[in-house]
Amino acid sequence: MQILLVSPDVTSTPPYNAISLHKVSVAYQRQAPLALRDINLSIPTGEVVGLLGPNGAGKSTLMRLLTGLVPATQGEVHVLGHNVATHAHDVRVRVGYLPERVPLYEQMLVWDYLRYMARLRGVTKASLDARMQVVIDGTGLKEVLGKPVSQLSKGFRQRVGIAQAMVHNPDLLILDEPTTGLDPNQILELRSLIRTHGDGRTVLFSTHVMQEVAAMCDRVLFLFSSRLVAEFARADLERMASERACTLTDQLEHMFYTFTHQGVALASGEEE
Amino acid sequence: MSISRIWWIFQKEVSALFGSLVAYVVVVLFLIIVGGMFWVPFFEEVSPVTMRSFFMQAPLFLCFFVPALTMHMFASEEQSGTLELMMTLPIARVELVLGKFLAAYVLLLAALGMTLTYPLTLHILASQQGVWLDFGECLAGYLGLMLLGGAYTAIGVMGSSLTRDQVVSVLVSFALCFALFMCDQLGEVLGLGGDALLGVQYLSTSYHFKAISRGLLSMADVVYFLSVMVCALAVTTARQGTRRIG
Repeated sequence: MQILLVSPDVTSTPPYNAISLHKVSVAYQRQAPLALRDINLSIPTGEVVGLLGPNGAGKSTLMRLLTGLVPATQGEVHVLGHNVATHAHDVRVRVGYLPERVPLYEQMLVWDYLRYMARLRGVTKASLDARMQVVIDGTGLKEVLGKPVSQLSKGFRQRVGIAQAMVHNPDLLILDEPTTGLDPNQILELRSLIRTHGDGRTVLFSTHVMQEVAAMCDRVLFLFSSRLVAEFARADLERMASERACTLTDQLEHMFYTFTHQGVALASGEEE
Repeated sequence: MSISRIWWIFQKEVSALFGSLVAYVVVVLFLIIVGGMFWVPFFEEVSPVTMRSFFMQAPLFLCFFVPALTMHMFASEEQSGTLELMMTLPIARVELVLGKFLAAYVLLLAALGMTLTYPLTLHILASQQGVWLDFGECLAGYLGLMLLGGAYTAIGVMGSSLTRDQVVSVLVSFALCFALFMCDQLGEVLGLGGDALLGVQYLSTSYHFKAISRGLLSMADVVYFLSVMVCALAVTTARQGTRRIG
Protein backbone atom coordinates (compact mmCIF):
# COMPACT_ATOMS: atom_id res chain seq x y z
CA MET A 1 0.00 0.00 0.00
CA GLN A 2 1.21 3.50 -0.74
CA ILE A 3 -0.42 6.61 0.58
CA LEU A 4 1.01 9.50 -1.36
CA LEU A 5 2.55 11.77 1.20
CA VAL A 6 5.97 11.89 -0.45
CA SER A 7 6.65 12.83 -4.09
CA PRO A 8 7.79 9.87 -6.18
CA ASP A 9 10.92 10.14 -8.28
CA VAL A 10 10.33 11.51 -11.71
CA THR A 11 12.50 10.30 -14.55
CA SER A 12 12.29 10.63 -18.29
CA THR A 13 15.37 8.59 -19.13
CA PRO A 14 14.88 4.99 -20.28
CA PRO A 15 13.61 2.79 -18.85
CA TYR A 16 11.02 5.42 -18.23
CA ASN A 17 7.67 5.30 -16.52
CA ALA A 18 4.62 5.31 -18.76
CA ILE A 19 3.30 8.26 -16.78
CA SER A 20 5.18 10.62 -14.46
CA LEU A 21 3.57 13.64 -12.87
CA HIS A 22 5.52 15.89 -10.57
CA LYS A 23 3.62 18.42 -8.46
CA VAL A 24 1.08 18.99 -11.20
CA SER A 25 -1.83 21.37 -10.81
CA VAL A 26 -4.39 22.30 -13.44
CA ALA A 27 -6.79 25.23 -13.59
CA TYR A 28 -8.99 25.67 -16.63
CA GLN A 29 -9.00 29.43 -16.19
CA ARG A 30 -7.11 31.97 -14.13
CA GLN A 31 -8.70 32.48 -10.73
CA ALA A 32 -10.80 29.32 -11.27
CA PRO A 33 -10.63 26.52 -8.67
CA LEU A 34 -7.97 23.93 -9.42
CA ALA A 35 -9.25 20.96 -11.40
CA LEU A 36 -6.16 19.00 -10.29
CA ARG A 37 -4.10 19.90 -7.27
CA ASP A 38 -0.46 19.01 -6.61
CA ILE A 39 -0.52 15.57 -8.21
CA ASN A 40 2.53 13.31 -7.92
CA LEU A 41 2.28 10.05 -9.79
CA SER A 42 4.48 7.39 -11.37
CA ILE A 43 2.99 4.56 -13.41
CA PRO A 44 5.42 1.92 -14.71
CA THR A 45 5.01 0.69 -18.27
CA GLY A 46 2.93 -2.39 -18.90
CA GLU A 47 0.34 -1.90 -16.17
CA VAL A 48 -3.43 -1.69 -16.42
CA VAL A 49 -4.43 1.15 -14.11
CA GLY A 50 -7.91 1.98 -12.86
CA LEU A 51 -8.82 5.52 -11.96
CA LEU A 52 -11.54 5.80 -9.36
CA GLY A 53 -13.26 8.80 -7.88
CA PRO A 54 -16.61 10.50 -7.63
CA ASN A 55 -17.94 12.73 -10.39
CA GLY A 56 -16.02 15.99 -10.54
CA ALA A 57 -12.96 14.55 -8.81
CA GLY A 58 -10.70 15.38 -11.77
CA LYS A 59 -10.49 12.01 -13.56
CA SER A 60 -11.29 13.38 -17.02
CA THR A 61 -9.00 16.34 -16.46
CA LEU A 62 -6.14 14.00 -15.56
CA MET A 63 -6.73 12.06 -18.77
CA ARG A 64 -6.89 15.22 -20.86
CA LEU A 65 -3.69 16.36 -19.22
CA LEU A 66 -1.92 13.18 -20.31
CA THR A 67 -3.02 13.62 -23.93
CA GLY A 68 -1.85 17.23 -24.00
CA LEU A 69 -5.39 18.55 -24.39
CA VAL A 70 -5.13 20.50 -21.16
CA PRO A 71 -1.86 22.12 -20.12
CA ALA A 72 -0.51 21.85 -16.59
CA THR A 73 -0.73 25.14 -14.73
CA GLN A 74 2.13 24.00 -12.50
CA GLY A 75 4.47 21.03 -12.48
CA GLU A 76 5.76 18.66 -15.12
CA VAL A 77 3.98 15.91 -17.01
CA HIS A 78 5.98 13.15 -18.69
CA VAL A 79 4.25 10.52 -20.79
CA LEU A 80 6.26 7.60 -22.23
CA GLY A 81 9.43 9.52 -21.48
CA HIS A 82 8.37 12.74 -23.22
CA ASN A 83 7.49 16.04 -21.63
CA VAL A 84 3.93 16.66 -22.78
CA ALA A 85 4.37 20.44 -22.74
CA THR A 86 7.34 20.38 -25.13
CA HIS A 87 6.92 17.13 -27.08
CA ALA A 88 3.16 16.79 -27.45
CA HIS A 89 3.45 15.31 -30.94
CA ASP A 90 5.76 12.52 -29.77
CA VAL A 91 3.28 11.71 -27.03
CA ARG A 92 0.24 11.78 -29.29
CA VAL A 93 1.77 9.34 -31.76
CA ARG A 94 1.99 6.74 -28.99
CA VAL A 95 -1.20 7.44 -27.03
CA GLY A 96 -4.74 6.28 -27.79
CA TYR A 97 -7.57 8.21 -26.18
CA LEU A 98 -11.29 7.66 -25.79
CA PRO A 99 -13.07 10.66 -24.23
CA GLU A 100 -16.08 10.20 -21.98
CA ARG A 101 -18.46 11.36 -24.70
CA VAL A 102 -17.63 9.18 -27.72
CA PRO A 103 -16.77 11.55 -30.54
CA LEU A 104 -17.80 10.17 -33.92
CA TYR A 105 -18.48 11.59 -37.37
CA GLU A 106 -22.11 10.64 -37.78
CA GLN A 107 -22.23 10.65 -41.58
CA MET A 108 -19.20 8.40 -42.06
CA LEU A 109 -19.32 4.65 -42.48
CA VAL A 110 -17.70 2.75 -39.60
CA TRP A 111 -15.02 1.36 -41.94
CA ASP A 112 -14.21 4.79 -43.36
CA TYR A 113 -14.11 6.34 -39.89
CA LEU A 114 -11.67 3.75 -38.55
CA ARG A 115 -9.45 4.06 -41.64
CA TYR A 116 -9.48 7.84 -41.33
CA MET A 117 -8.52 7.72 -37.66
CA ALA A 118 -5.86 5.09 -38.34
CA ARG A 119 -4.26 7.26 -41.03
CA LEU A 120 -4.33 10.36 -38.81
CA ARG A 121 -2.91 8.38 -35.92
CA GLY A 122 0.07 7.50 -38.06
CA VAL A 123 -0.64 3.91 -39.11
CA THR A 124 1.43 3.22 -42.21
CA LYS A 125 -0.17 2.04 -45.43
CA ALA A 126 1.67 -1.29 -45.13
CA SER A 127 0.21 -2.10 -41.73
CA LEU A 128 -3.17 -0.42 -42.16
CA ASP A 129 -5.17 -3.49 -43.19
CA ALA A 130 -3.63 -5.67 -40.50
CA ARG A 131 -4.31 -3.11 -37.74
CA MET A 132 -7.85 -2.58 -38.97
CA GLN A 133 -8.45 -6.32 -38.84
CA VAL A 134 -7.10 -6.55 -35.28
CA VAL A 135 -9.33 -3.82 -33.87
CA ILE A 136 -12.38 -4.91 -35.87
CA ASP A 137 -12.04 -8.45 -34.56
CA GLY A 138 -11.20 -7.25 -31.07
CA THR A 139 -14.16 -4.91 -30.77
CA GLY A 140 -16.63 -7.07 -32.71
CA LEU A 141 -17.43 -4.46 -35.32
CA LYS A 142 -17.46 -6.73 -38.38
CA GLU A 143 -21.24 -6.70 -38.76
CA VAL A 144 -21.55 -2.90 -38.75
CA LEU A 145 -18.55 -1.89 -40.89
CA GLY A 146 -20.76 -0.82 -43.80
CA LYS A 147 -23.20 1.15 -41.64
CA PRO A 148 -23.15 4.91 -41.11
CA VAL A 149 -22.12 5.80 -37.57
CA SER A 150 -25.44 7.61 -37.08
CA GLN A 151 -27.30 4.28 -37.30
CA LEU A 152 -25.31 2.53 -34.58
CA SER A 153 -26.63 1.58 -31.16
CA LYS A 154 -24.98 3.08 -28.08
CA GLY A 155 -22.99 -0.09 -27.48
CA PHE A 156 -21.60 -0.17 -31.01
CA ARG A 157 -20.78 3.54 -30.86
CA GLN A 158 -18.76 2.87 -27.73
CA ARG A 159 -16.96 0.01 -29.47
CA VAL A 160 -16.13 2.18 -32.48
CA GLY A 161 -14.74 4.76 -30.06
CA ILE A 162 -12.56 2.13 -28.41
CA ALA A 163 -11.45 0.79 -31.79
CA GLN A 164 -10.27 4.20 -32.97
CA ALA A 165 -8.27 4.61 -29.76
CA MET A 166 -6.52 1.26 -30.27
CA VAL A 167 -6.11 1.22 -34.03
CA HIS A 168 -2.49 2.40 -33.97
CA ASN A 169 -1.49 -0.08 -31.27
CA PRO A 170 -0.64 2.67 -28.75
CA ASP A 171 1.88 2.24 -25.97
CA LEU A 172 -0.49 4.07 -23.63
CA LEU A 173 -4.24 3.64 -23.94
CA ILE A 174 -6.40 6.15 -22.06
CA LEU A 175 -10.09 5.31 -21.78
CA ASP A 176 -12.58 7.56 -20.02
CA GLU A 177 -15.40 5.32 -18.75
CA PRO A 178 -15.09 2.86 -21.64
CA THR A 179 -17.84 0.45 -20.62
CA THR A 180 -20.63 3.01 -20.51
CA GLY A 181 -23.52 1.72 -22.61
CA LEU A 182 -22.15 -1.78 -23.10
CA ASP A 183 -24.15 -4.88 -22.23
CA PRO A 184 -22.61 -7.53 -19.91
CA ASN A 185 -21.30 -9.63 -22.81
CA GLN A 186 -19.71 -6.63 -24.43
CA ILE A 187 -18.16 -5.62 -21.11
CA LEU A 188 -16.57 -9.08 -20.81
CA GLU A 189 -15.24 -8.79 -24.38
CA LEU A 190 -13.87 -5.33 -23.68
CA ARG A 191 -12.14 -6.56 -20.51
CA SER A 192 -10.51 -9.28 -22.52
CA LEU A 193 -9.46 -6.76 -25.17
CA ILE A 194 -7.98 -4.39 -22.61
CA ARG A 195 -6.12 -7.21 -20.88
CA THR A 196 -4.74 -8.39 -24.22
CA HIS A 197 -3.72 -4.89 -25.19
CA GLY A 198 -2.31 -4.27 -21.74
CA ASP A 199 0.15 -7.14 -22.20
CA GLY A 200 3.35 -5.10 -22.31
CA ARG A 201 1.59 -1.79 -22.81
CA THR A 202 -0.03 0.60 -20.38
CA VAL A 203 -3.75 1.17 -20.05
CA LEU A 204 -5.33 3.87 -17.89
CA PHE A 205 -9.09 3.85 -17.60
CA SER A 206 -11.63 5.55 -15.40
CA THR A 207 -14.76 3.88 -14.20
CA HIS A 208 -17.40 3.82 -11.48
CA VAL A 209 -17.72 0.04 -11.70
CA MET A 210 -15.56 -1.72 -9.10
CA GLN A 211 -15.92 -5.11 -10.80
CA GLU A 212 -14.07 -3.74 -13.81
CA VAL A 213 -11.22 -2.55 -11.66
CA ALA A 214 -11.11 -5.85 -9.79
CA ALA A 215 -11.13 -7.80 -13.03
CA MET A 216 -8.48 -5.89 -14.92
CA CYS A 217 -6.25 -3.62 -12.90
CA ASP A 218 -2.67 -4.01 -11.73
CA ARG A 219 -2.93 -0.68 -9.93
CA VAL A 220 -5.70 1.57 -8.65
CA LEU A 221 -5.69 5.33 -8.19
CA PHE A 222 -8.20 7.20 -6.07
CA LEU A 223 -8.94 10.81 -6.95
CA PHE A 224 -11.04 13.01 -4.76
CA SER A 225 -11.69 16.72 -4.92
CA SER A 226 -8.91 17.33 -7.46
CA ARG A 227 -6.35 15.40 -5.39
CA LEU A 228 -4.77 12.01 -5.81
CA VAL A 229 -5.60 10.68 -2.37
CA ALA A 230 -4.25 7.14 -2.68
CA GLU A 231 -2.58 4.61 -4.94
CA PHE A 232 -2.55 0.83 -4.50
CA ALA A 233 -0.90 -2.07 -6.27
CA ARG A 234 -3.11 -5.06 -6.94
CA ALA A 235 -1.13 -7.29 -4.57
CA ASP A 236 -1.77 -4.83 -1.71
CA LEU A 237 -5.47 -4.72 -2.49
CA GLU A 238 -5.69 -8.52 -2.57
CA ARG A 239 -3.88 -8.74 0.75
CA MET A 240 -6.24 -6.21 2.33
CA ALA A 241 -9.26 -8.05 0.93
CA SER A 242 -7.92 -11.28 2.32
CA GLU A 243 -7.43 -9.70 5.77
CA ARG A 244 -11.03 -8.46 5.73
CA ALA A 245 -12.22 -11.79 4.33
CA CYS A 246 -14.04 -10.10 1.48
CA THR A 247 -13.83 -10.00 -2.30
CA LEU A 248 -11.63 -7.55 -4.16
CA THR A 249 -14.73 -5.74 -5.39
CA ASP A 250 -16.02 -5.34 -1.82
CA GLN A 251 -12.61 -4.13 -0.72
CA LEU A 252 -12.58 -1.52 -3.49
CA GLU A 253 -16.09 -0.36 -2.60
CA HIS A 254 -15.07 -0.08 1.04
CA MET A 255 -11.98 1.93 0.11
CA PHE A 256 -13.88 4.14 -2.30
CA TYR A 257 -16.32 4.96 0.49
CA THR A 258 -13.53 5.51 3.00
CA PHE A 259 -11.40 7.71 0.79
CA THR A 260 -14.22 9.85 -0.47
CA HIS A 261 -15.42 10.43 3.10
CA GLN A 262 -11.91 11.04 4.35
CA GLY A 263 -11.59 13.43 1.47
CA VAL A 264 -14.76 15.24 2.50
CA ALA A 265 -13.33 15.60 6.00
CA LEU A 266 -10.02 16.80 4.58
CA ALA A 267 -11.68 19.30 2.28
CA SER A 268 -13.90 20.56 5.09
CA GLY A 269 -10.88 20.96 7.34
CA GLU A 270 -9.08 22.98 4.68
CA GLU A 271 -12.01 25.28 4.19
CA GLU A 272 -12.15 25.97 7.89
CA MET B 1 3.56 19.75 -41.97
CA SER B 2 2.48 16.61 -43.80
CA ILE B 3 0.78 16.86 -47.19
CA SER B 4 -0.64 13.37 -46.80
CA ARG B 5 -2.42 14.27 -43.55
CA ILE B 6 -3.83 17.43 -45.14
CA TRP B 7 -5.00 15.25 -48.04
CA TRP B 8 -6.78 12.79 -45.70
CA ILE B 9 -8.51 15.59 -43.81
CA PHE B 10 -9.39 17.24 -47.12
CA GLN B 11 -10.86 13.98 -48.49
CA LYS B 12 -12.96 13.45 -45.38
CA GLU B 13 -14.22 17.04 -45.39
CA VAL B 14 -15.03 17.00 -49.11
CA SER B 15 -16.95 13.78 -48.64
CA ALA B 16 -18.85 15.33 -45.71
CA LEU B 17 -19.60 18.52 -47.66
CA PHE B 18 -20.79 16.72 -50.78
CA GLY B 19 -22.95 14.48 -48.60
CA SER B 20 -24.46 17.41 -46.76
CA LEU B 21 -27.99 18.56 -47.56
CA VAL B 22 -27.18 22.02 -46.21
CA ALA B 23 -24.33 22.42 -48.71
CA TYR B 24 -26.59 21.43 -51.62
CA VAL B 25 -29.30 23.83 -50.48
CA VAL B 26 -26.79 26.67 -50.16
CA VAL B 27 -25.23 25.97 -53.58
CA VAL B 28 -28.61 25.64 -55.32
CA LEU B 29 -29.85 28.86 -53.71
CA PHE B 30 -26.67 30.61 -54.81
CA LEU B 31 -27.12 29.41 -58.40
CA ILE B 32 -30.82 30.31 -58.49
CA ILE B 33 -30.36 33.79 -57.04
CA VAL B 34 -27.22 34.73 -58.96
CA GLY B 35 -28.57 33.15 -62.14
CA GLY B 36 -31.93 34.88 -61.74
CA MET B 37 -30.30 38.26 -61.13
CA PHE B 38 -28.25 37.78 -64.28
CA TRP B 39 -30.71 36.20 -66.71
CA VAL B 40 -34.03 37.88 -65.88
CA PRO B 41 -32.84 41.44 -66.71
CA PHE B 42 -30.95 40.01 -69.70
CA PHE B 43 -34.11 38.70 -71.32
CA GLU B 44 -36.32 41.60 -70.21
CA GLU B 45 -34.33 44.29 -71.93
CA VAL B 46 -31.85 44.60 -74.73
CA SER B 47 -28.56 43.86 -72.99
CA PRO B 48 -25.01 43.90 -74.23
CA VAL B 49 -23.32 40.52 -74.58
CA THR B 50 -21.27 40.67 -71.43
CA MET B 51 -20.97 38.97 -68.04
CA ARG B 52 -20.34 42.28 -66.34
CA SER B 53 -23.60 42.32 -64.33
CA PHE B 54 -22.85 38.80 -63.05
CA PHE B 55 -19.40 39.85 -61.86
CA MET B 56 -20.91 42.92 -60.18
CA GLN B 57 -23.49 40.91 -58.23
CA ALA B 58 -21.74 37.63 -57.46
CA PRO B 59 -19.21 39.06 -54.95
CA LEU B 60 -21.99 40.44 -52.76
CA PHE B 61 -23.85 37.14 -52.77
CA LEU B 62 -20.66 35.29 -51.92
CA CYS B 63 -20.59 37.31 -48.67
CA PHE B 64 -23.76 35.44 -47.65
CA PHE B 65 -23.22 32.04 -49.19
CA VAL B 66 -19.62 31.26 -48.32
CA PRO B 67 -20.17 31.64 -44.53
CA ALA B 68 -23.16 29.32 -44.88
CA LEU B 69 -20.91 26.70 -46.50
CA THR B 70 -18.20 26.98 -43.87
CA MET B 71 -20.29 27.53 -40.73
CA HIS B 72 -20.08 23.91 -39.57
CA MET B 73 -16.37 23.42 -40.19
CA PHE B 74 -15.17 23.86 -36.61
CA ALA B 75 -18.37 24.89 -34.82
CA SER B 76 -20.13 21.55 -35.27
CA GLU B 77 -16.97 19.60 -34.43
CA GLU B 78 -16.60 21.50 -31.20
CA GLN B 79 -20.25 20.92 -30.36
CA SER B 80 -20.12 17.18 -31.09
CA GLY B 81 -16.82 16.64 -29.24
CA THR B 82 -14.93 15.36 -32.30
CA LEU B 83 -12.65 18.39 -32.17
CA GLU B 84 -11.46 17.31 -28.71
CA LEU B 85 -10.42 13.99 -30.18
CA MET B 86 -8.78 15.63 -33.20
CA MET B 87 -6.65 17.71 -30.85
CA THR B 88 -5.27 14.52 -29.30
CA LEU B 89 -4.12 13.14 -32.67
CA PRO B 90 -0.57 13.56 -33.92
CA ILE B 91 -1.57 16.16 -36.48
CA ALA B 92 -0.47 19.77 -36.64
CA ARG B 93 -3.19 22.37 -36.15
CA VAL B 94 -2.32 23.95 -39.46
CA GLU B 95 -2.90 20.62 -41.24
CA LEU B 96 -6.39 20.44 -39.81
CA VAL B 97 -7.12 24.03 -40.79
CA LEU B 98 -5.74 23.66 -44.32
CA GLY B 99 -7.60 20.40 -44.93
CA LYS B 100 -10.88 22.00 -43.96
CA PHE B 101 -10.20 25.22 -45.87
CA LEU B 102 -9.29 23.41 -49.08
CA ALA B 103 -12.39 21.23 -48.88
CA ALA B 104 -14.70 24.23 -48.49
CA TYR B 105 -12.82 26.01 -51.28
CA VAL B 106 -13.28 23.07 -53.63
CA LEU B 107 -17.04 23.11 -52.99
CA LEU B 108 -17.10 26.84 -53.70
CA LEU B 109 -15.13 26.33 -56.91
CA ALA B 110 -17.59 23.61 -57.91
CA ALA B 111 -20.46 26.07 -57.36
CA LEU B 112 -18.64 28.73 -59.37
CA GLY B 113 -17.90 26.12 -62.02
CA MET B 114 -21.61 25.53 -62.45
CA THR B 115 -22.05 29.21 -63.34
CA LEU B 116 -19.78 28.63 -66.37
CA THR B 117 -22.99 27.58 -68.09
CA TYR B 118 -23.94 31.28 -68.09
CA PRO B 119 -21.13 32.53 -70.34
CA LEU B 120 -21.44 29.42 -72.49
CA THR B 121 -25.18 29.96 -72.96
CA LEU B 122 -24.59 33.65 -73.56
CA HIS B 123 -21.97 32.81 -76.15
CA ILE B 124 -24.28 30.41 -77.99
CA LEU B 125 -27.16 32.92 -77.98
CA ALA B 126 -24.96 35.83 -79.04
CA SER B 127 -23.06 33.95 -81.74
CA GLN B 128 -26.36 33.25 -83.51
CA GLN B 129 -26.68 37.02 -83.87
CA GLY B 130 -23.10 37.37 -84.98
CA VAL B 131 -21.96 38.96 -81.70
CA TRP B 132 -19.14 37.51 -79.64
CA LEU B 133 -18.64 37.31 -75.90
CA ASP B 134 -15.40 38.76 -74.56
CA PHE B 135 -13.81 35.62 -73.09
CA GLY B 136 -10.82 37.59 -71.80
CA GLU B 137 -13.11 39.64 -69.57
CA CYS B 138 -14.87 36.47 -68.53
CA LEU B 139 -11.63 34.76 -67.60
CA ALA B 140 -10.50 37.77 -65.58
CA GLY B 141 -13.86 37.90 -63.77
CA TYR B 142 -13.70 34.23 -62.84
CA LEU B 143 -10.11 34.58 -61.68
CA GLY B 144 -11.25 37.47 -59.45
CA LEU B 145 -14.13 35.38 -58.10
CA MET B 146 -11.76 32.51 -57.33
CA LEU B 147 -9.46 34.81 -55.35
CA LEU B 148 -12.34 36.57 -53.63
CA GLY B 149 -13.99 33.22 -52.85
CA GLY B 150 -10.73 31.96 -51.36
CA ALA B 151 -10.53 34.98 -49.08
CA TYR B 152 -14.17 34.59 -48.00
CA THR B 153 -13.71 30.85 -47.44
CA ALA B 154 -10.73 31.51 -45.18
CA ILE B 155 -12.76 34.11 -43.26
CA GLY B 156 -15.67 31.66 -43.03
CA VAL B 157 -13.43 28.91 -41.64
CA MET B 158 -12.03 31.42 -39.16
CA GLY B 159 -15.55 32.49 -38.12
CA SER B 160 -16.46 28.85 -37.56
CA SER B 161 -13.46 28.35 -35.30
CA LEU B 162 -14.41 31.28 -33.06
CA THR B 163 -17.66 29.82 -31.77
CA ARG B 164 -19.45 26.51 -31.31
CA ASP B 165 -22.74 28.02 -32.49
CA GLN B 166 -23.18 27.73 -36.26
CA VAL B 167 -25.61 30.66 -36.45
CA VAL B 168 -23.14 32.92 -34.65
CA SER B 169 -20.43 31.60 -36.96
CA VAL B 170 -22.42 32.62 -40.06
CA LEU B 171 -23.15 36.06 -38.63
CA VAL B 172 -19.53 36.74 -37.64
CA SER B 173 -18.18 35.56 -41.01
CA PHE B 174 -20.81 37.46 -42.97
CA ALA B 175 -20.13 40.65 -41.00
CA LEU B 176 -16.40 40.37 -41.72
CA CYS B 177 -16.86 39.57 -45.43
CA PHE B 178 -19.44 42.33 -45.84
CA ALA B 179 -17.32 44.88 -43.97
CA LEU B 180 -14.32 44.09 -46.17
CA PHE B 181 -16.51 44.26 -49.27
CA MET B 182 -18.08 47.60 -48.40
CA CYS B 183 -15.25 49.49 -46.70
CA ASP B 184 -14.09 51.36 -49.83
CA GLN B 185 -17.61 52.67 -50.38
CA LEU B 186 -17.84 53.56 -46.71
CA GLY B 187 -14.67 55.62 -47.11
CA GLU B 188 -16.25 57.54 -49.95
CA VAL B 189 -19.49 58.07 -48.00
CA LEU B 190 -17.52 59.38 -45.04
CA GLY B 191 -15.74 61.77 -47.36
CA LEU B 192 -12.30 60.39 -46.67
CA GLY B 193 -9.59 61.63 -48.97
CA GLY B 194 -5.93 61.19 -49.70
CA ASP B 195 -4.05 58.44 -47.93
CA ALA B 196 -6.99 57.58 -45.65
CA LEU B 197 -9.18 56.77 -48.67
CA LEU B 198 -6.36 54.85 -50.32
CA GLY B 199 -5.86 52.88 -47.13
CA VAL B 200 -9.54 52.04 -46.85
CA GLN B 201 -9.66 51.12 -50.52
CA TYR B 202 -6.68 48.83 -50.15
CA LEU B 203 -8.50 46.97 -47.38
CA SER B 204 -11.58 46.48 -49.51
CA THR B 205 -12.16 43.20 -51.34
CA SER B 206 -14.44 44.87 -53.89
CA TYR B 207 -11.73 47.42 -54.84
CA HIS B 208 -9.27 44.63 -55.68
CA PHE B 209 -11.94 42.44 -57.27
CA LYS B 210 -13.09 45.24 -59.57
CA ALA B 211 -9.52 45.80 -60.72
CA ILE B 212 -9.09 42.13 -61.61
CA SER B 213 -12.52 41.76 -63.21
CA ARG B 214 -11.69 44.68 -65.53
CA GLY B 215 -8.88 42.50 -66.81
CA LEU B 216 -6.10 44.30 -64.93
CA LEU B 217 -4.36 41.49 -63.12
CA SER B 218 -1.78 43.13 -60.89
CA MET B 219 0.42 41.37 -58.35
CA ALA B 220 -0.79 43.79 -55.65
CA ASP B 221 -4.37 42.51 -55.98
CA VAL B 222 -3.32 38.87 -55.96
CA VAL B 223 -1.09 39.48 -52.93
CA TYR B 224 -3.97 41.22 -51.17
CA PHE B 225 -6.31 38.23 -51.54
CA LEU B 226 -3.59 35.77 -50.59
CA SER B 227 -2.80 37.93 -47.53
CA VAL B 228 -6.42 37.84 -46.40
CA MET B 229 -6.42 34.04 -46.76
CA VAL B 230 -3.13 33.64 -44.87
CA CYS B 231 -4.20 36.00 -42.06
CA ALA B 232 -7.58 34.34 -41.59
CA LEU B 233 -6.07 30.84 -41.63
CA ALA B 234 -3.32 31.92 -39.23
CA VAL B 235 -5.94 33.22 -36.79
CA THR B 236 -7.84 29.92 -37.16
CA THR B 237 -4.68 27.92 -36.48
CA ALA B 238 -3.81 30.06 -33.45
CA ARG B 239 -7.36 29.67 -32.20
CA GLN B 240 -6.94 25.88 -32.06
CA GLY B 241 -4.10 26.39 -29.62
CA THR B 242 -6.09 28.61 -27.30
CA ARG B 243 -9.25 26.54 -27.37
CA ARG B 244 -10.56 25.72 -23.92
CA ILE B 245 -11.30 22.03 -23.62
CA GLY B 246 -13.56 20.82 -20.86
